[in-house]
Amino acid sequence: MATHTLAVLVENSPGVLARVAGLFSRRAYNIDSLAVGPTENPNISRMTIVLNVEGHALEQVIRQLDKLVNVIQIAEVIPDESVQAELLLVKVSATTRNRFDVDAVVEKYDAKVVDSDASSVTIEATGEAAKIADLLSDLEQFGIRELVQSGLIALERGGTSLSDRTLSTQGIPIADGGVQADYQN
Amino acid sequence: MSKKMNGASSLVAALESAGVDVMFGIPGGAILPAYDPIFDSKIRHILVRHEQGAGHAATGYAQVTGRVGVCIATSGPGATNLVTPLADAAMDSVPLVAITGQVPSAAIGTDAFQEADIRGITMPFTKHNYLITDPAEIPRAIAEAFYIASSGRPGPVLVDIAKDALQKDTVFDWPTSVSLPGYHPQAKPESSAIRDAAALITQSSKPVFYVGGGVIKANAARELMQLAELLGAPVVTTLMARGAFPDSHDLHLGMPGMHGTVAAVTALQKSDLLITLGARFDDRVTGKLSTFAVNAKVIHADIDPAEIGKNRYADVPIVGDLKQTIAALIPELKAALAKNKPDLTEWWRQMASLRSTYPLGYNKPEDGSLSPQFVIERLGKISGPDAIFAAGVGQHQMWAAQFVSYEKPRTWLNSGGLGTMGYAVPAAMGAKVGAPDTTVWAIDGDGCFQMTNQELTTCALNNIPIKVAIINNESLGMVRQWQTLFYEGRYSNTSLDSKRVPNFPMLAEAMGCIGLSCERPEDVDATIEKAMAINNQPVVVDFRVHRDAMVWPMVAAGTSNDEIMIARDLAPDWDSQEL
Ligand SMILES: Cc1ncc(C[n+]2csc(CCOP(=O)(O)OP(=O)(O)O)c2C)c(N)n1
Repeated sequence: MATHTLAVLVENSPGVLARVAGLFSRRAYNIDSLAVGPTENPNISRMTIVLNVEGHALEQVIRQLDKLVNVIQIAEVIPDESVQAELLLVKVSATTRNRFDVDAVVEKYDAKVVDSDASSVTIEATGEAAKIADLLSDLEQFGIRELVQSGLIALERGGTSLSDRTLSTQGIPIADGGVQADYQN
Repeated sequence: MSKKMNGASSLVAALESAGVDVMFGIPGGAILPAYDPIFDSKIRHILVRHEQGAGHAATGYAQVTGRVGVCIATSGPGATNLVTPLADAAMDSVPLVAITGQVPSAAIGTDAFQEADIRGITMPFTKHNYLITDPAEIPRAIAEAFYIASSGRPGPVLVDIAKDALQKDTVFDWPTSVSLPGYHPQAKPESSAIRDAAALITQSSKPVFYVGGGVIKANAARELMQLAELLGAPVVTTLMARGAFPDSHDLHLGMPGMHGTVAAVTALQKSDLLITLGARFDDRVTGKLSTFAVNAKVIHADIDPAEIGKNRYADVPIVGDLKQTIAALIPELKAALAKNKPDLTEWWRQMASLRSTYPLGYNKPEDGSLSPQFVIERLGKISGPDAIFAAGVGQHQMWAAQFVSYEKPRTWLNSGGLGTMGYAVPAAMGAKVGAPDTTVWAIDGDGCFQMTNQELTTCALNNIPIKVAIINNESLGMVRQWQTLFYEGRYSNTSLDSKRVPNFPMLAEAMGCIGLSCERPEDVDATIEKAMAINNQPVVVDFRVHRDAMVWPMVAAGTSNDEIMIARDLAPDWDSQEL
């Protein structure tokens, strides 16, 4: 088993998340994380899906995903050829006595304090999964009260974009006498 | 040509523009606005007695004609009654469009009266589905639905339309094209794949054509015949492909799979090359997958790329329409064979020996009672090669696949993937509507028949004279067979007592059909001929057969094809076969 990251462009239509989630569930594929959001094109959303499968199964996942009519394009994102990031918000216990130590950890990971009160500090950090994990283990000593993490998002390095390769949406002409694909001999 | 009308009229205009000539359905509150323009439409609407019947009828119509079948139902229970036929159509790749009414858009999500999230419910087994709340979207959704259902790998598409969208005023505008950025079925196969396939074929010494239902869907039977005769290799046709290649043809070894012939099962098992055409390595064909055809390379041609490599690795994958694929392979193979023609003599010696040593057969019951296989064999013989047969699910289905000789595509209909009891009568009804001049028999079990026989009323009232042969063994025979073999004959809840109740001929008569009954072997031919002579009314024949007949050969579920049994505790005598 190995971790793979898929970038999936989907039509921004109602139910599309349910279709993708339902597919993963009924075919028993396990998702590590899934992040969805808008893209530069208002008609298209982008999902980043991280999953743990063997090579052969990955091919099946991609082909099954591709069968969903609302799925426009799928690409595997290779870590070395892309920038990847997760967003973390974490609330740790901090008082005036140890606040200095907390700040040192925040600084070490290029994170920032986004909220604080007499007993706690809320920290925001972005970065690759390993960095976020390290940060969390360094914060454990203070006591983690609550945390929330986004799924991973990823973008290929270089100037090209996924949607460049996709969106020549030429209509399929409808023949006279109906739209039924002609299979009659 | 844009015209002002309400959403309901726009729906009916769209269905007419899509080329629909018939649909099967039942009205109700949410879909009621659509039934008003249906009243005036040139589309024939057949009022069924249960929405499941509408769905299977649309399937039977689609399987016989190759056109999209259409069914229509109201929201909530009407829509959920379509769930089984939609799942059935998805499994067997049947082009279907289902229209359902939905509660008014403002009520969606409030658990309103007769609200069911049919789009959510059917997501896993529709090729695509829609929820329409804006009447302006109706023509486009219908155009897309028909295009998606009928292109690529065919399948069911559901269009759920909120009641207020049917009632509101809109403009009907039939689109001149559909734009689906995420949907591009690949019809034309890669020429490099065709070349690789031809090369692999010339290197094989034990090739087999493993033919699936895709050949029928693609109308590629003629091309298959040319290809098979060109190579001269054995052909096997799966449960979904019966009729894709004539049973009478010398190259045909019959059906593979759980109840396949010894020759067909062994041909796949011992092959060194499976030329797989529109088949999907279903577990009922492969048996225990890890022991399936272990020495075979695989050419896998299919319109659906997700089928390739799903269950079995393909050495040469070919994605494309099978008609085009086979047509492209023929000249390529001809050229390759001119240089290097494999010698199949030894392979054929083995297969011919298996075919003649282990033909399909059955023992007549010793007490002189009626043998179900005999009835089915005679039905096939007397009805001839043009007749269409629709089966239920169970022993009678397997016997109908085994003992009727199919010579033409689209003459054998059954629920192969989902195994839906109750399929036969409504599917036969739809088939008869699609092929009114052809004899259509439903070969049904006494169990299956009791699930959907209400559509005989529909047949009687709408001049759809189908014929039904009930293979009445007073039990859920296939389940009983498993209890005999795997549960020490403990017959828990498989006895139906249907030689006592119901009285099938009387039931048939009550529904406006002719009811006949037959219990003795010597009456079988005369009874079938009598049924054949009735063409103005549906006919039901209660064939009262021996209860203990079993379906053989059999590869028990989960075991290897190598463990095929030709009768209880009886394996083929492999030692005497030099394989
Ligand atoms: C809707 C549905 N329920 C249950 C089953 C399980 N099942 C498979 S075959 C069978 C028995 C069918 O009995 P019958 O129609 O009398 O046919 P026979 O096997 O006796 O020929 C059953 C219950 C099924 N396939 N479909």
